[in-house]
Amino acid sequence: MLNTIIIIAAILILVILFAIFRVSSLVDVIKGDSSTKIPSSNGIQANLLLLFLIAGLIGGFYYSFGGLEDDFVLPVASKHGVITDTLFWWTMAITGVVFIVTHIFLFGFSWKYQHRKNQVAYFYPHNNKLEMIWTIIPAIVLAALVFTGWKAWMDITRESPEGSEVIEIMGYQYAWSVRYPGADNVLGDYDYLKIDATNQMGIDFSDRASFDDFIPREIHVPKGKPVRFNIRARDVIHSVYQPHFRLQMNAVPGMPTQFWFEPTKTTEEMRIETKNPDFQYELVCNKICGQGHFAMRYIIVVDELEDYKEWFKSQEPWLKQNADYLTEVPAKLREAASIVAGIQNPLDLDAPNGLTISGSK
Amino acid sequence: MSITDIQVTDELVHGDDHHEEHHEQSFIFKYIFSTDHKTIAKQFLITGIFWAILGGGLSVIFRLQLGFPDMDMGFLQPFMGDWISNSGKLDPEFYLAMITMHGTIMVFFVLTAGLSGTFSNYLIPLQLGARDMASGFMNLLSYWFFFLSSLIMFISMFLSTGPASGGWTIYPPLSALPQAMSGSGMGMTLWLVSMVFFIASTLLGGINYITTVINLRTEGMTFRRMPLTIWAFFITAVLGLLSFPVLVACVLLLVFDRSFGTSFYLSEIFIGGEALPNLGGSPILFQHLFWFFGHPEVYIVILPALGITSEVISTNSRKPIFGYTAMIGSILAIAFLSFIVWAHHMFITGMNPFLGSIFMFLTLIIAIPSAVKAFNYITTLWKGNLVFTPAMLFSIGLVSFFISGGLTGLFLGNAAIDINLHDTYFVVAHFHLVMGSAAFFGLLAGVYHWFPKMFGRMMDEKLGYIHFWLTFVGVYLVFFPLHYIGIAGFPRRYYSFTNFDAFSSFVDLNSFVTVAAIITFGAQFIFLFNFFYNIFKGKKAPLNPWNSNTLEWTTPRIPEHGNWPGEIPKVYRWPYDYSKPGAKDDFIPQTVPYHQTKESNTDFENEESKKEQSAT
Repeated sequence: MLNTIIIIAAILILVILFAIFRVSSLVDVIKGDSSTKIPSSNGIQANLLLLFLIAGLIGGFYYSFGGLEDDFVLPVASKHGVITDTLFWWTMAITGVVFIVTHIFLFGFSWKYQHRKNQVAYFYPHNNKLEMIWTIIPAIVLAALVFTGWKAWMDITRESPEGSEVIEIMGYQYAWSVRYPGADNVLGDYDYLKIDATNQMGIDFSDRASFDDFIPREIHVPKGKPVRFNIRARDVIHSVYQPHFRLQMNAVPGMPTQFWFEPTKTTEEMRIETKNPDFQYELVCNKICGQGHFAMRYIIVVDELEDYKEWFKSQEPWLKQNADYLTEVPAKLREAASIVAGIQNPLDLDAPNGLTISGSK
Repeated sequence: MSITDIQVTDELVHGDDHHEEHHEQSFIFKYIFSTDHKTIAKQFLITGIFWAILGGGLSVIFRLQLGFPDMDMGFLQPFMGDWISNSGKLDPEFYLAMITMHGTIMVFFVLTAGLSGTFSNYLIPLQLGARDMASGFMNLLSYWFFFLSSLIMFISMFLSTGPASGGWTIYPPLSALPQAMSGSGMGMTLWLVSMVFFIASTLLGGINYITTVINLRTEGMTFRRMPLTIWAFFITAVLGLLSFPVLVACVLLLVFDRSFGTSFYLSEIFIGGEALPNLGGSPILFQHLFWFFGHPEVYIVILPALGITSEVISTNSRKPIFGYTAMIGSILAIAFLSFIVWAHHMFITGMNPFLGSIFMFLTLIIAIPSAVKAFNYITTLWKGNLVFTPAMLFSIGLVSFFISGGLTGLFLGNAAIDINLHDTYFVVAHFHLVMGSAAFFGLLAGVYHWFPKMFGRMMDEKLGYIHFWLTFVGVYLVFFPLHYIGIAGFPRRYYSFTNFDAFSSFVDLNSFVTVAAIITFGAQFIFLFNFFYNIFKGKKAPLNPWNSNTLEWTTPRIPEHGNWPGEIPKVYRWPYDYSKPGAKDDFIPQTVPYHQTKESNTDFENEESKKEQSAT
């Protein structure tokens, strides 16, 4: 019943609008002065353009500086983030000025030079000097932007410093897996052919560096130390994105990528700064990857260096948690593997099936 | 010169033949399989309008999802069937399908075919003084390939597995593997097939535009006397001719990977519980090929709109366009540079950072010719005598969008800043303003300006004003706030933001944007009414309703096939002699010889007038 009423009301409104339209166009025909081609509401349009300019400037200014800016500018928590933020705000200042000035001219001229009966437009086809000026000035400003941006970019993308914490992140539909190098500080090899339901990351246990690698439930990184993410994907492209660190790099299947940064604020410090006791750094997927794209959340915890070291030590190697993967370790390395991984009661190392697996390599 | 003469006479005879036959044409050949460029242009326009409604409608539905995530969408079940669950929730995968279709439809079917297809076809022969396109038959094929392509894409939307869903940029492996998402099955196959026909259509059209501009200009229509619209269409066609074949290559390799087991884009993939045998391919290769086409495509979309704007602003300012030569120069510069900036879409894909710095440099250079264009438009308004027709308002709106969206390009083109902004709503806001809305406004300005020529009747001015103001304010209310949530790091192509603490704010803002989008979309129906109603019932148009200089206004009210009933007019001057000092009117059409305008001639033009007289 309600629906019918709504539909009838909508039809009635449309009919009324149409009637108004017909009447007004007939009135126009009667009143119309066919000798002039100037729209009757030319002046109104000019005033509206001016009004739009003023309302837009006031509205934009209020919205940008009226207290909301804290909501959309995320606090920065990495060293390079400070630099890119500075560049961002410089660019904002320059483009902001250009934006306002050009719009004042655009709408201001529109209003000022609206059609008047005895006004004659000024025949002004070109002025080479003027055109040179507004070619060269943008060129200089852009050169400055390019140069500062280029310096920052080269600095951010250079090789990670010696002694960086190296952490591997792998994206897959629809989650992240993270691997730490363990006590030896070297990540073991991986091979996508070794991926199975348990060994999600395809760790290759023929490489001895992989024996002590561990896969935690959340990422921990130390404050004040360079951290390097080795990034890959195993099915489609994902993107490792963390807005507080101003960090982003695509995870590409078949092509490992990397990004390094230095966190400057621990999770605790951010909780105080944002006045949000539940604050967490969240890892975000930022490249369309399928229906679960919007839900690939992973927690990153930034610790003080000592806490980080402690946490790091307390982690169990993946091999220890999944001791049956010892069969994938080549026979001569198995003893070493169980010692490194800290496996108390290793499997029967000389079992023939173990040999066949390693022999089939 | 003599060559042109001969061709003109050939065309004349040819055109006159047509003129005689004209009345015997059946309905099918006159309106459906027509070779008349004007009919084909209208076919492109109406198909484009159909797609624009569909593409816009899709955006309203996914905006509802973003603005009101808890909403019960059960009322859409009659249209969308199983894609709305019984509890009234939109399917997350179909959400991706809708954004993919929205992008594909808008970029290709509305702003490439609908814009270039309509106005290049309509205006090139009329403004150059030609009877028709160089090849009417190729032109006909161009439309019908487009139609076929449209049909296939339309059908793909009704598949039970959904249409292509990997974003309009269809990055593999997502688009290559049906295991990755259901839209990458049959939906993606149809997308690729449709795109191949679309490219064929664009190339047939483009070859025609280029040939016509080079060969069929009327006597006196030198390149330096061509309206800027034609310059824009001409260069756009060249861009299309050079870039679309790369898309074919890109798409064809994807077809191979999908169907024939090759590994161009695939390597080391484990999906759906099994490892795929593909080794050695690179998804980045696809992105290079795609954006080598994709970036020129952006300019294929915006240049015709800028061309239309140049014409409309100059006419309605009653002033010559400021810096005609600089305008042509900037079109050429933009066209050239558009081929060497593509990798700015790929700064953080893992591409070598050194390449990133080169592309950052080239990208920021392209801002210079763009800035010149904006400054020249503003200077054209200065000391004009401005007539605010709806077309003029849409052109001013275009300039505003072009500036707003262009400036945010300086953030995204800077690799260091792009790290944090890439693939966020900042990007969405940027390209919707600078290429989406700006090009769309160019399209609307063109329709309002040339409607009297197309249909011989006038559109209603007042409805035009209402349409403009709702759309202009609406577009800003939709896209300006999106910059802010982009700065806050909101990723694009998200079905919902509730999973992240960082993105749980701005719920109100998202609802506001959705409401603004609905109003903006609703306002387009005012245009549709104005358009279709006045095709049949509008006031009859005068021959030259805007007192314009260009040749199309010298044709009869409703030009028949062949455009001019008698001889093709000759051209004696550039198209922008508005408010020339000394002239009695504030415009001098291109067909008026210098020797008839002694009172307003410059010294140089007096020389020309002597030459004219000795020639006759």
